[in-house]
Amino acid sequence: MTETIPYDDLLTRYEPVLGLEVHVELNTNSKMFCGCPTTFGGDPNTQVCPVCLGLPGSLPVINGKAVESAIRIGLALNCRIAQWCRMARKNYFYPDMTKNFQTSQYDEPIAFDGWVDVEVDGETYRVEIERAHMEEDAGKALHMGGATGRIHGADYSLIDYNRAGVPLIEIVTRPVRGAGAKAPEVARAYVAHLRDLLRALGVSDVRMEQGSLRCDANVSLMPIGSDVLGTRTETKNVNSLRSVERAIRYEMTRQAAILDGGARVKQETRHFHESDGTTSPGRSKEEAEDYRYFAEPDLMPIAPSREWVEELRATLPEPPAEHRRRLQTDWGFSDIDFGSIVSSGALGLVEATVAAGATPAAARKWWVTELARRANEAGVELDELPITPAQVAAVQGLVDAGKVNDKLARQVIEGVLAGEGEPAAVVAARGLAVVSDEGALTVAVDEVIAANPDVAAKIRDGKVAAAGALIGQVMKAMKGQADAGKVREMILAKLT
Amino acid sequence: MGITADDVARLGALARIRLTEQECHDLAPELNVILDSVRSVSEVAGPDVPMATHAIPLTNVFRDDVVTPSLTQDQALSGAPDQEDGRFRVPQILGEE
Repeated sequence: MTETIPYDDLLTRYEPVLGLEVHVELNTNSKMFCGCPTTFGGDPNTQVCPVCLGLPGSLPVINGKAVESAIRIGLALNCRIAQWCRMARKNYFYPDMTKNFQTSQYDEPIAFDGWVDVEVDGETYRVEIERAHMEEDAGKALHMGGATGRIHGADYSLIDYNRAGVPLIEIVTRPVRGAGAKAPEVARAYVAHLRDLLRALGVSDVRMEQGSLRCDANVSLMPIGSDVLGTRTETKNVNSLRSVERAIRYEMTRQAAILDGGARVKQETRHFHESDGTTSPGRSKEEAEDYRYFAEPDLMPIAPSREWVEELRATLPEPPAEHRRRLQTDWGFSDIDFGSIVSSGALGLVEATVAAGATPAAARKWWVTELARRANEAGVELDELPITPAQVAAVQGLVDAGKVNDKLARQVIEGVLAGEGEPAAVVAARGLAVVSDEGALTVAVDEVIAANPDVAAKIRDGKVAAAGALIGQVMKAMKGQADAGKVREMILAKLT
Repeated sequence: MGITADDVARLGALARIRLTEQECHDLAPELNVILDSVRSVSEVAGPDVPMATHAIPLTNVFRDDVVTPSLTQDQALSGAPDQEDGRFRVPQILGEE
């Protein structure tokens, strides 16, 4: 059992220093250096060609759209854009790449020296961006045999190269200091901020669970009062926002225990385990990492003209802070209501739901209450729920059209989440539509009035509020499948 | 500072080339001759000569983001030494460490 130190305790003696490396898969149609499709989930090795299989004699050509996306990402991160840069070969022997090198960038990244501001509990933290560079994704390995399906103890591996060559942007921060106890939350907020920014730019699907947004977290501890950076570990496999926060928090407590014991933290790669929130040592780095980078001779340098960069700058969405202010004004929400959307991570989803036709109030209601509760129960992020903003808007459309009431709408949502199809299909399959058949409703209303002569008398005397009791009984008789407003109308029409 | 036999051994290990001690000794002076030649060329090229990565000074050679046909799975795997379930089968990855 690994020893750890209580979180609050370690903060009295150590300051955490973070470094975050985020990999983003671009949503181009084709790969970085060849025309193979980038679609997720195809049969293994069906989206490959001589270039991305690294067959002899094949030559790569850069996807111009990927360069455009890289520049737009750089600009959105307030980076400077290189006037001239090259791709480089990162040499290593690992079968996730057939070429024995990954085409990446080394000392000439396309974007560098940027920053973003992120907000945690009303406080703003500036995260400085060292660089954002272009590279290609690697293939996917399945480790076979052995007890655990993990790389250690595996007998052999099976490789699918469909993902090899998909355009990637790696975004690297400078050391993040000064966040203290909030460090894990700042890291999470930073990744969430990147996700929103990249989604707004439209350059990536940013699905952490599908691996199109991946985060490696470097963590080290510095004794308070010291100015010497501690030894860092790099935790990989951090595949959700929640995990970013948990992994960093765990590493802090683990490293503090080592330092308190007078030992040294070992510089290594570690793996995060979702199941128990711990990390364990990964591949020990090849003795003194030496990738023997050199400029890629098969690709021409990239020299974006200033005109092109300015053209792309004009295509940027408004900065997130301004965007939020404008939305709040447009939607007419109070600070509290709007804050609840932001803090539940629903801003982009509410925005998309409004764009799909729902009112801001309805969109907010579904995402911040019903769906946030379900995400919480399932232990997933809101945007990982298998329901789209368009489907939420469609559910609200059914409510507005009087086809279902709120209670039934929740069942429709349940059906969509359970994979039963589009909202209209769920309504049909589950028989959820409210009964608009006046005949059945009239019978139910008449029966309830007859069964409650004293309540009926009160309403006749003008105590309209008493109708509530009768509406409840009619709804019950209709098994909830009636429009309560309509029932109320019918009762009052009969008694007043 | 020239390349030593130890440097050659290390480069060999990084490049997965098995070298005998004798070969490391023999290769070190040969590599030094190459490095010296490169150094001579570097002296000729002054700061007024722009860095060239290619014989033809082209930049921004891009392709459109258009999908072109891929190989079939059978074609992709046709050169594989071993395969299983449509995937390339490779020896255990960390066995050598």
